[in-house]
Amino acid sequence: MSRETSLVTAQWVEEHLDDPKVVLIEVDEDTTAYDKGHLRGAIKLDWTTDLQDQVRRDFVNKQQFEALLSERGVANDDTVVLYGGNNNWFAAYAYWYFKLYGHQDLKLLDGGRKKWELDSRELTEELPNRAKTSYTAQEQDLSIRAFRDEAIAAIGVQNLVDVRSPDEYAGRLLAPAHLPQEQAQRAGHVPTSINVPWSKAANDDGTFKSDEDLKALYAAAGLDDSKETIALCRIGERSSHTWFVLKELLGHQSVKNYDGSWTEYGSLVGVPVAIGDEPGEA
Amino acid sequence: MCGATEGGLSLDGVDVKKEAIVQGQVLRDGEPVPNAYVRLLDRTGEFTAEVPTSASGHFRFFAGNGEWTLRTLAPKAEPVDRRVHAEVGRVAEVVVAI
Repeated sequence: MSRETSLVTAQWVEEHLDDPKVVLIEVDEDTTAYDKGHLRGAIKLDWTTDLQDQVRRDFVNKQQFEALLSERGVANDDTVVLYGGNNNWFAAYAYWYFKLYGHQDLKLLDGGRKKWELDSRELTEELPNRAKTSYTAQEQDLSIRAFRDEAIAAIGVQNLVDVRSPDEYAGRLLAPAHLPQEQAQRAGHVPTSINVPWSKAANDDGTFKSDEDLKALYAAAGLDDSKETIALCRIGERSSHTWFVLKELLGHQSVKNYDGSWTEYGSLVGVPVAIGDEPGEA
Repeated sequence: MCGATEGGLSLDGVDVKKEAIVQGQVLRDGEPVPNAYVRLLDRTGEFTAEVPTSASGHFRFFAGNGEWTLRTLAPKAEPVDRRVHAEVGRVAEVVVAI
């Protein structure tokens, strides 16, 4: 993967607003943002209801994902362009989620909703009407999804990249200042994980930094690109943003997103936890 | 905006004694700017949070004690930085003119 295959500019999207094979999908942390105005023709996915099992803590299964995309009018051969607010956190999460279920032609709108708004581009409240499809998903590609036991096994062995803010990493905060407090029992981080906040990979307008800047960022932070990598944050949304950078923009071979992230790890009984600004010992 | 304090967001339901609130309004030529983005940067300049402004141009953060920077981005405007001091039990009000 590369920047050319996985990222599109606002200009490109504007030129493809009327392309029937390009499906724009808004996925926002604020699930009401779409209703106040969205890119023309874009459909909405609600990460809290459409993409989560409503009983267990897990994703919807393959059949539910197929039913969802069929009902919303997404076809297997469509080019899906994801975008959202908050610097594309949840759009990147949806991108990773679509990858997990094997969608082939996927793009992220560089800068997301913010860049689009800052450019004063058109937004509409008009709802699109897409004909239903018969979508077929693949089994989950677990080469990009990490579970708790893999996170524990990676301590001192693989790259663990914790992309939360420095205060969350150190254990001074349990969640970002503006978010609902879905919290773990304990504060801190996985021992030996390095802290590279997701925001260091993005410019103020939400677009990604250049490949050269991104390579320098992770090299300076001590990421060993000969090793496998697991990215984590609090609930797996910001780490999807970093997963996108490492896997899709920089082309690292083995990068997994740990969607259980700190809300799971920090509630496990008996696992090691480090607090403070240093990674800590294995 | 039922229960709003004069010129600001309602603090109904917020325990001000326990929070270090940074809030305010973004204005352009005296008029509220509803489609701006306000970022909260910590003392080292690191991103901490970001919110879009409300229909009335308002924003609010629950910060911590110390020095913060508000960076405001809006269409057709240069970014504006404002330093702000926050402390628990106090509401820091900031008007950002772009």
